[in-house]
Amino acid sequence: MAEKAIMAGFGGQGVMAIGKLLAYAGMLEGKEVSWLPSYGPEMRGGTANCAVIVSDTLIGSPIITDDATAAIVMNLPSLDKFESDIVKNGKLLINKSLIEKEATRDDINAYYIPANEIASELGNAKAANMVMLGAYLELTKIVKPESIIKAFTKVFGEEKAKFIPLNEEALKKGAEVVK
Amino acid sequence: MAKVLMKGNEAVGAAAIKAGCKYFFGYPITPQNEIPEYMSRELPKIGGVFLQAESEIAAINMVYGASGAGARVMTSSSSPGIALKQEGISYIAGAELPCVIVNMMRGGPGLGGIQPSQADYFQATRGGGNGDYRHIVYAPSSIQETVDIMMESFDVAEMYRIPVMVLGDGMIGQMMEAVEFHEPKKRELQEKTWATDGTKGKRKPNIINSLFLDPQECENHNIRLEEKHKIISEKEVRYEAEGIEDADVVCVAYGTTSRIVKNAIVECKKEGIKVGIIRPITLWPFPMEIFDKINKNAKGVLTVEMSMGQMIDDVKIAVNGRFPVHFVGRSGGMVPTPANVIDSIKNIAGGVK
Repeated sequence: MAEKAIMAGFGGQGVMAIGKLLAYAGMLEGKEVSWLPSYGPEMRGGTANCAVIVSDTLIGSPIITDDATAAIVMNLPSLDKFESDIVKNGKLLINKSLIEKEATRDDINAYYIPANEIASELGNAKAANMVMLGAYLELTKIVKPESIIKAFTKVFGEEKAKFIPLNEEALKKGAEVVK
Repeated sequence: MAKVLMKGNEAVGAAAIKAGCKYFFGYPITPQNEIPEYMSRELPKIGGVFLQAESEIAAINMVYGASGAGARVMTSSSSPGIALKQEGISYIAGAELPCVIVNMMRGGPGLGGIQPSQADYFQATRGGGNGDYRHIVYAPSSIQETVDIMMESFDVAEMYRIPVMVLGDGMIGQMMEAVEFHEPKKRELQEKTWATDGTKGKRKPNIINSLFLDPQECENHNIRLEEKHKIISEKEVRYEAEGIEDADVVCVAYGTTSRIVKNAIVECKKEGIKVGIIRPITLWPFPMEIFDKINKNAKGVLTVEMSMGQMIDDVKIAVNGRFPVHFVGRSGGMVPTPANVIDSIKNIAGGVK
């Protein structure tokens, strides 16, 4: 089993961060992982995306071209850019809070998650990325949410441990939307 | 030690420090900036020195000086920055000093772009510097291999008193994978009796130099260097080869590109096409001899690169006219897709069986 996920949005939405969490969690569960970021001269406010592969077997190319098993899109340009890269029957997770447009393909499974609203209800709009990740984990079961939490301080440092309860809650709420 | 998830550039820095590197001289350039960033943070903690030089030329000459004084030292840069270092690399090779140079390649020529590329193959293996010199070039294809090679590189450089280049690309530098730090294979290292580390009044001064005004002396020096190059060519060649003895088509690719080729090979197997791969891990010395093991009835050899075709020259030398040699490549920061490679393999194999 191999999950090839694209996470995309604009800089600051935390798409690189949820990609890192997913890769780290996969590694903690003994799986093969790779995390490949887009990099360029543009940063804050520009577009950002990363490709994460979590696999039971050795990973060949870390690049995801037109074979993404899933895409998490946090803003409209990301939807337009990556919808075509998803395999047939793949999953497209759309941040409904910021994207009014719907998926145009009917051979994939689209899920609409009001991530910013849910995160705001939890008290921190910045957790919208974690809501999306929660939904993704519920749909794919590729790693356990507990592994994401274990990875949290590894990725962000011990001083960020105080944010764990909020992020745990965000993962749960995201999962509930697609249950 | 447990596995950690690391960015390629950071892993380079961590591996270098674990291998005993205490000095880093460099100048920033994308996509390798996490290497100097890491070194600037970590080297002072172990009593080492990180110094951002005023230019790449200054940095490589600081490496020259530190190495001459017997220190474990490295520099890193990306394509145009490595171009600037070529004079220094030639001097270091001429003076027979050890050092490690990392190049995370980006698109060229000139300033080019900042996306991954493999267009510095000629620069790395032929040398942009002057004279009859060579240096070892490693081309890792994963972060784990990058770490293993980095840790061994310092020993190899000191063993042969030669610069070692670790050649990655923007993708190797930027991506994260799980890594474990292992102790590298131990090398037998001689004491650095040549280093200019102070006579303490007990010996004659050592001189580090690459100037030989007497032509006979200069030739003798070149002959000695060439003998060293021959030993390295015999002992330090490294490659991975798989499925080449019964292959219809054999692909040759290194670094990032080899991973794309491996994806393509899996797809071809499903359609009954037998495809082998030769992945040079040392680009110099190039693994010439493994090409003798290719299936005599193979239909062709396919070189895949992120360039307009550079390693293909070495592949042609190694194939020596026995098979047609084909090429697939993207350049300027574009990356070939498995589909590009599969199409070419099918063309060479004569369509799907």
